[in-house]
Amino acid sequence: MPHLLVHNRRDNVGVVVVEDLAVGANLLCVVTEDNSEFRCTLQDPVPIGHKIALRDLNLGDTVIKYGQDIGRVVAAVRKGEHVHVHNLKTKRW
Amino acid sequence: MGTFPQTVWAYRRENGRVGVRNHVVVLPLDDISNAACEAVAAHIQGTIALPHAYGRLQFGADLDLHFRTMIGTGSNPNVAACIVIGIEPVWTQRVVDGIAATGKPVSGFYIEGNGDIATVAAASRKAKEFVHWASEKVREECALTSLWVAAKCGESDTTTGLASCPTVGNMYDKLIPRGLHGCFGETSELTGAEHLAAARAASPEIAHKFMRTWSAYQKDVIEAHKTSDLSDSQPTKGNIAGGLTTIEEKALGNLEKIGKKVNFIDVLTPAESPARGPGLYFMDTSSAAAECCTLQAAAGFVIHVFPTGQGNVIGNSIMPVLKVSGNPRTVRLMGEHIDLDVSGIIRREMTIDSAGDALIDTIVRTANGRLTAAEVLGHREFVMTKLYRSA
Repeated sequence: MPHLLVHNRRDNVGVVVVEDLAVGANLLCVVTEDNSEFRCTLQDPVPIGHKIALRDLNLGDTVIKYGQDIGRVVAAVRKGEHVHVHNLKTKRW
Repeated sequence: MGTFPQTVWAYRRENGRVGVRNHVVVLPLDDISNAACEAVAAHIQGTIALPHAYGRLQFGADLDLHFRTMIGTGSNPNVAACIVIGIEPVWTQRVVDGIAATGKPVSGFYIEGNGDIATVAAASRKAKEFVHWASEKVREECALTSLWVAAKCGESDTTTGLASCPTVGNMYDKLIPRGLHGCFGETSELTGAEHLAAARAASPEIAHKFMRTWSAYQKDVIEAHKTSDLSDSQPTKGNIAGGLTTIEEKALGNLEKIGKKVNFIDVLTPAESPARGPGLYFMDTSSAAAECCTLQAAAGFVIHVFPTGQGNVIGNSIMPVLKVSGNPRTVRLMGEHIDLDVSGIIRREMTIDSAGDALIDTIVRTANGRLTAAEVLGHREFVMTKLYRSA
């Protein structure tokens, strides 16, 4: 059973899909478009449904999910860390 | 693709449309007629009153929408017969005449010069007749694809984009090419995916009509009324708790529910009935669940499929709202609201294809008479959309 799902191979974030994972957990990650697998280490306590970075992201970088632009990085985040309203913001309104 | 039933047991109405419920509705023309309608419904078993907040001093496009919603609601094939009560006779009759065009029994009553008590007495007698008549209607075997099935997602989270919305999309991919009517809306909530939505229009003209509708909301409503940005409202607090961060991310998940194969064949104004035959339609609606469902029911949709992540509990007075969730935590904590659990998708135990078949099966059972969670729990949200302040 995967711990993390990624929509598209171009995505730089993925979604944690199990509850109560421990920091340091070695996550089984699956890309849903082609069922390819990889591993990633969880660096923050992240609730089910929340995102983590799949690579280091710098201020101003575009976050990609579904292979599409979902906003810009407003505080640097490292691979495996939580990505949410504290470091990602819409480019709209 | 799995196999599923091709027919449902449903009510064929006078105008040929197929309904899955057999309501006798007591419909207030205006806010001040709610009390009389609720009195009738309290007295006459088998009727349902649809109280709402509007109907006075509206004008222009807003008044047109009011009448379209009233007439459309009474005309919905899930309604066997309808009582209309208004404060005065002229607008009451306008709604009665609109509903009567379907051929179903409808009768209007007005309060001015009569008072609530005499109006309630007269309307109750007619409502009793209608209930007896409706209670003898029998279900007939009808094509599954004669149903009009609308969709809207709510309290979305990241699992809706992964599981429940693609499940709805898979159902549309399978049934719309066979003749189903489908509908999605939520104009503001497509922001961030509007280019992808426009690309799913069946022609450049329809794509242009979609972009004009989407842009008009951005300009006339968001730019005119926003404070800092809409991030305090879109995504909602529930969306954010569920892991959605931006409107773009929410929109991309939302759009998963129109599937991969079917293009939309028209852009409808709020509560406008589809007129181009079977196919997928986009309707200009609010993203608020009760408003969107009310508009889709008024357009004639008889079943609603509702993907939810964090657990929206929405129902509708006349249209069964069938909940689909792919969030195992929501299924565990508030399972009484969920009609179809597709959380197996994120565990990779269930495919989108098998989830789509399970949804079709649940639609068939709902059409045949199985009550949805929202119906059993008494959710009867009926919320009119209002375009601007009354005079």
